Amino acid sequence: MRNLRYLILALFFSVITGTLSGQSIKTYNSFKDYKQLLHQKDDTTYVINFWATWCAPCIKEMPAFVKLQEGYKDKKLKIILTSMDFGSNVDARVKGFMNKHNITSEVVVLDDPDSNSWIDKVSPEWSGGIPATLIYDKDKRLFFEKEFTYKELEQVINSKFDIP
Amino acid sequence: MAPFAMSQGYNIGDKAMDFNLKNVDGTHVSLSDYSDKEGVIVIFTCNHCPYAQAYEQRIIDIDKKFASKGYPVVAINPNDPELVPEDSFENMKKRAKNKNYTFPYLLDKKQEVYKTYGATRTPHVFVLKNQSSKFIVQYIGTIDDNYKNPEKVTKTYLADAVNALLRGEEPNPEKTKAIGCTIKDKAK
Repeated sequence: MRNLRYLILALFFSVITGTLSGQSIKTYNSFKDYKQLLHQKDDTTYVINFWATWCAPCIKEMPAFVKLQEGYKDKKLKIILTSMDFGSNVDARVKGFMNKHNITSEVVVLDDPDSNSWIDKVSPEWSGGIPATLIYDKDKRLFFEKEFTYKELEQVINSKFDIP
Repeated sequence: MAPFAMSQGYNIGDKAMDFNLKNVDGTHVSLSDYSDKEGVIVIFTCNHCPYAQAYEQRIIDIDKKFASKGYPVVAINPNDPELVPEDSFENMKKRAKNKNYTFPYLLDKKQEVYKTYGATRTPHVFVLKNQSSKFIVQYIGTIDDNYKNPEKVTKTYLADAVNALLRGEEPNPEKTKAIGCTIKDKAK
């Protein structure tokens, strides 16, 4: 009976902490399910950044995206940070990263290992290295296989896209 | 006829430039050392990158499988150790020793070889066929279709490419892509 009580207590605490830390990060194990994030047809400009928690240049450029999201929070610009993390504890690693870097943008995980079948569908210009960023709206798509500074990111957004 | 590509790097059919790079055993290795072989499997790879680590055993297996058939592996680390200490020459030596590499593991010290080849990530494979001591690029890309789980591989791109060449055929596909770590270079 005591064991049962402990079990219920443990369950109770894990539910509470689970709720406090939020939902699991949405994970796409197949590119065909993820693809629609790259083809939204509204009047929002989408900034899709491909990164991973272990990728040093990705971590270095992350504040640029955080700052961009802040600056455009009342406008039609949406950042989707797509983590390429794989292996054990992806959810915990990604969540830990988000907390540490104050990330409020949407974060998803893309874990479809047959990358040869989908890299070109993100952009034929992509050779597969991360970080990489796709910026698109209903009229235009631009792809960058590079690390961004905030200035460069803002420059691209300002000069190439109209954001209501 | 494909338009002339301004981007740097080799395409299928290009003649690969010779190199002379330091190996973890202290000797220097050149492509011309392999003029008696059928070809060479050049793989740009490193210690730190999780994708390179995931493929490490498979790279060792490829050398075991194909070196005796005339296509040995030559591994080249294209990263700047000042940017990635884990990829230093000392660490390369340790890794090659711990894992019993049966192939050279070279440091692209001036970071010129990777640029000439057009390697953009690790790991990145270039299969070269020896044609009268000219090394012609026949396959560029990745090893297979599942970086994280060797048991779930369904397409062995690299092994298929080398087997095709051994049969006197052209690899198909001759180019593939994969996610990998960008190459660490101060000049970029």
